[in-house]
Amino acid sequence: MAQIYVYIAHKGGVADDTAIELVTAAKKIDADASISAIVAGSGADLDAVCKDAASTYNEVIKIDNDALAYPNAEIIRSVLVNILPKDALLLMAHDTFGMDLGPGLSIKLESAFVADVIDFEGADGSNLKIVRQEYSGQVSTHLLCDIASGAVINIRPGAFTPDESKSASGEIVDKSSEAGDLAASRTYLETVVAEVGDVDITKSEVLVSIGRGIEDEDNIEIANDLAEALGADVSCSRPIVDSKWLEKSRQVGTSGQTVKPKVYLACGISGSFQHLGGIKGSPFMVAINKNIKAPVFQVADVGIVEDILEFMPELTEKINDM
Amino acid sequence: MEILVCVKRVPDTAENEIEVNSDGTDIDRDDLVYSVNEWDNYAVEEAIQIRDKVGGTVTVVSVGDEESEEVIRREMAMGADQGILLSDDAFNGSDGKGIASILKAEIEKGKYDLIMTGAQADDGAGQVGGMLAAMLDLPYASLVNAIEIIDDKKIKVGREVEGGNVEMNEIELPCVLSIQTGINEPRYVGIRGIRKVASVEIPVHGTSNLGLASDVVGEAGANVKRVDYFVPDMGDGAEILEGSTEEIVDKLVELLKAKGGIK
Repeated sequence: MAQIYVYIAHKGGVADDTAIELVTAAKKIDADASISAIVAGSGADLDAVCKDAASTYNEVIKIDNDALAYPNAEIIRSVLVNILPKDALLLMAHDTFGMDLGPGLSIKLESAFVADVIDFEGADGSNLKIVRQEYSGQVSTHLLCDIASGAVINIRPGAFTPDESKSASGEIVDKSSEAGDLAASRTYLETVVAEVGDVDITKSEVLVSIGRGIEDEDNIEIANDLAEALGADVSCSRPIVDSKWLEKSRQVGTSGQTVKPKVYLACGISGSFQHLGGIKGSPFMVAINKNIKAPVFQVADVGIVEDILEFMPELTEKINDM
Repeated sequence: MEILVCVKRVPDTAENEIEVNSDGTDIDRDDLVYSVNEWDNYAVEEAIQIRDKVGGTVTVVSVGDEESEEVIRREMAMGADQGILLSDDAFNGSDGKGIASILKAEIEKGKYDLIMTGAQADDGAGQVGGMLAAMLDLPYASLVNAIEIIDDKKIKVGREVEGGNVEMNEIELPCVLSIQTGINEPRYVGIRGIRKVASVEIPVHGTSNLGLASDVVGEAGANVKRVDYFVPDMGDGAEILEGSTEEIVDKLVELLKAKGGIK
């Protein structure tokens, strides 16, 4: 019945991990939906991604233009406005590109917008029932989004199970000629790659990771002491880097490093999805936080509801006495 | 350079345990500690630093109830030149698009070269900046963690993208930017600073001053409406270790030994 479009992000000729998650999200909205993937880019990289997308989607809309070699949200917005029907339902990943594109696109399409969606729970007429989280993941909320005049919906990466069946043999439809004028008032210059720090936390087996609960720069020593006792390295969440207490190379998360330790101690970290998105390989996770509402407790194996500033030194002492 | 920064008064999630109220219609707002949205505070600091470098004024605007005035005043104590409160009962129940429409109406009354928002606020949507830019037909960049003023026609901005990399762009003025935390180190605001601006008048604009149609804002203008707040089923959440601190330490040490956490 419904027609759902998904926008596929890609880099270096490889579709983003979310490409096979968005199909699951679309099917959760409507199991019988006709789902079309939109892939914009240029040259051989684009062809490779379209071919890959066609193994998941029944229709792949290809937009090929040199101006799309790097995904500039402003240009892609005008492409999508030109090729999508006015009342289109479009899904994309809520990543740094989707955050750049989605809200403005919804205005130009005169449609609804919902960010960072983690689930769908059916529909009431033209109203989709949507699940999101608010207040740093401490509470969840149901929203009704009226999709009668279309909607742009950004989906949280990792929230829907990837469909790895590769069971489709989709048709690739070239709509490059419908893309329209590709001029923009924002020009991509270059990507400055993050610096490598003194310790490569992506190789660490045990991480003592600290967040806002460390409260003060002087308390970093408490984490260093525990890490030394355990033979671990110290990593952190975003606020610690924002405060310039540790280097950016120590930050775990989607905007920092992706780590895959055996054991991860989240100390005073609330556990935003951006932070948790940087932890792979299912480590044994211990969460220590004085706020029982912290979302980190939903994903950790073991939780300890204590103030890290008191708990960590006791743990360090115990290990050193062994 | 005329700079406008959009700020929001929010419950401080670092200071509060957020709970759902008894009927699920809202969070429990008793005894909450409120503050300026963290991202917005970085945006105001950035605006002040730009003004101090190239001249101009910084205006802080907020959509909210009368209590949002304290947040505007705080940002003025930081160094913003003036504040505007956009407040009207008719704004209640606005979705992101409604908030962007209110801000757009105010922005069109002035002339700004640079409009900034925080990258996100308490609802974690990060939508108002991008919507506002599209409504105003201005270029937009989200998640900005570096700004370099080239001249009065264009600036260079860094966007924080995946993996801690920075995507550099040149963008024409006027434009809208959403600011990421860490772009600067927001200055401390002391009680003396607050006192200095305590009696500055902050104009309040509502639907009629802004020339807003009533079906654009509030519940009437929203195509995204809240049903309820709820606490999700924890599923197989963490096994919470109980006991005295000493007992918990002992249990944890055993677990860490078993899992290879102690070398």
